[in-house]
Amino acid sequence: MTCRHPRLLTCGDTAITIEFGDAIDAGLNAAVLALDARLAEAALPGVVETVPTYRSLTVHCDPVAADPAELAQAILRLACSDLPSPRAGRIWRIPVVYGGEFGVDLGAVAKHHGLSPDAVIARHVEPEYRVAMLGFLPGYAYLSGLDPALALSRRPASRPTTPAGTISIGGAQALVASIAAPSGWHLLGRTPVRSFMPGRDPIFLLEPGDGVCFEPVDPGRWDALDRAAAAGELVAERLDA
Amino acid sequence: MNAALVVIACGAATTLQDGGRRGYLRYGLSASGPMDRLAHAAANALVGNPVDAPAIEFGLGGGRFRIEGGPVRLALAGAPCPMRRDGEPVAHHRSLVLREGSELSIDRPCQGVFATLALAGGIAVAGVMGSVSLHFRAALGGLDGRPLRAGDRLPLRPPPLSGEAERCLDPVPVERDRPIRIVLGPQEDRFTKGGIDTLLNAAFTVSNRADRMGYQFDGPEIEHGGDGFNIVSDGTVAGSIQVPGSGRPIVLLADRQTTGGYPKIATVISADLRRVAQRRPGETVRFEAVSLQEAVRLARERAAVIAALPTLPKPVAGEADRLLGANLAGNAVDALDEQD
Repeated sequence: MTCRHPRLLTCGDTAITIEFGDAIDAGLNAAVLALDARLAEAALPGVVETVPTYRSLTVHCDPVAADPAELAQAILRLACSDLPSPRAGRIWRIPVVYGGEFGVDLGAVAKHHGLSPDAVIARHVEPEYRVAMLGFLPGYAYLSGLDPALALSRRPASRPTTPAGTISIGGAQALVASIAAPSGWHLLGRTPVRSFMPGRDPIFLLEPGDGVCFEPVDPGRWDALDRAAAAGELVAERLDA
Repeated sequence: MNAALVVIACGAATTLQDGGRRGYLRYGLSASGPMDRLAHAAANALVGNPVDAPAIEFGLGGGRFRIEGGPVRLALAGAPCPMRRDGEPVAHHRSLVLREGSELSIDRPCQGVFATLALAGGIAVAGVMGSVSLHFRAALGGLDGRPLRAGDRLPLRPPPLSGEAERCLDPVPVERDRPIRIVLGPQEDRFTKGGIDTLLNAAFTVSNRADRMGYQFDGPEIEHGGDGFNIVSDGTVAGSIQVPGSGRPIVLLADRQTTGGYPKIATVISADLRRVAQRRPGETVRFEAVSLQEAVRLARERAAVIAALPTLPKPVAGEADRLLGANLAGNAVDALDEQD
């Protein structure tokens, strides 16, 4: 992977962001994940944690252990070197109950696009998505790969709360939510899968770079799947292993 | 039986905090930890604990506590809260001992927001994911994922309680009249020159939307550039000043979202985070841009102060203990009033 002319952005004295671009784009995200992997190998003094996003990598640093300006230059050199191809991520199949009380916006999204609710579900289920980033709240997985025909700007007003496990879309993004939170996205369904569960191994199910497929399941299966997930089962199935 | 602290009553924002929960930013979980790291470290230093040991953080409130199976040495630092031991005024920013059955009452602070109560030996509550710090939104850590409330009983680790003299420490002032120092960026290019001038020249008032996640400010609108106020989400830090469509800046703090889709015009320097956190709704601040080099210098200076804290508390004369205690309380508040 060649240099994409990344840009250094200063985030005060405790972080540096390396920005590869400002779009939601598979190539940009691959560069971000490749730099993240390279930085993990390099173990530069002063690097504390890294946060990959759709188009940039934020490197949190300890300003006592390293000078952030010098560290930024070292990271930039790595970013402009030949980066390895990102690792092949795991691929997860995630069960989703669509529509009804589980996805209250399914009908409205269908109507907006002139599709039937079943056609929206089919288009949402079709792609293999990529986890571009985890952020906002613990375990919130932002996916790339949404069918552009489903893209829809966010609701004018956000809802004060949306349930744990919400499967939603906003703009060109698809989301797997973990815990209940306010959201202005369009709610298509719900998964019993806990993408964040303290006390379970793993605590976080999804890693940046993982693949995600959705599997529609009957609402009648919700209670059993939800109980299993609450008891610590993953409920999601690995397709690559 | 080990000693315990029993909560008779406490304010809503009374939480357990330690150094914070590290290593999970890439999964969307911010570190939490003290809103005023210096106060947290000072309270722990006063009772001989490691500076990041678990302690109780009060947010614009206080509480009443009873000691079981004492004696227990404790100390309060941060926002100056009037305190009483069995009805007698005692000082903050000094250690004191409470006997079995004694009652400690802590009032809402006269100034500032966050105060930390540390207990010698520490609080014996199991951490979650490496920390006892409560993360409100994730309902993680703290006591069963929640703040403290009446009826809670916090077991304490066996204290290395010796007969040594009580110790005191001068509070580090919040310097309310001086601007909050910031470094411009990461997205200052998403704002007009007028927008940046507004940030650097206007006064901003802490709104009622202020909690451990962040403080929103009221004031003149900060003008975005032609590309609007949405960006493709990227990483945030404690201190990020994001500006949503309203033009009203939000300073992100300990329990913040780890990524965000609003442009961030500037970042509060790490040494000044406590100076933001200690402002109440209705208080006014100004922002001043400094260089990254200056921000790093101040961060290193702050780290050195915290590293030295365990050696800084001075003995309080035992004889005049109670009198001096009352005296110190008055002095501490006066000092804050003058210097702030």
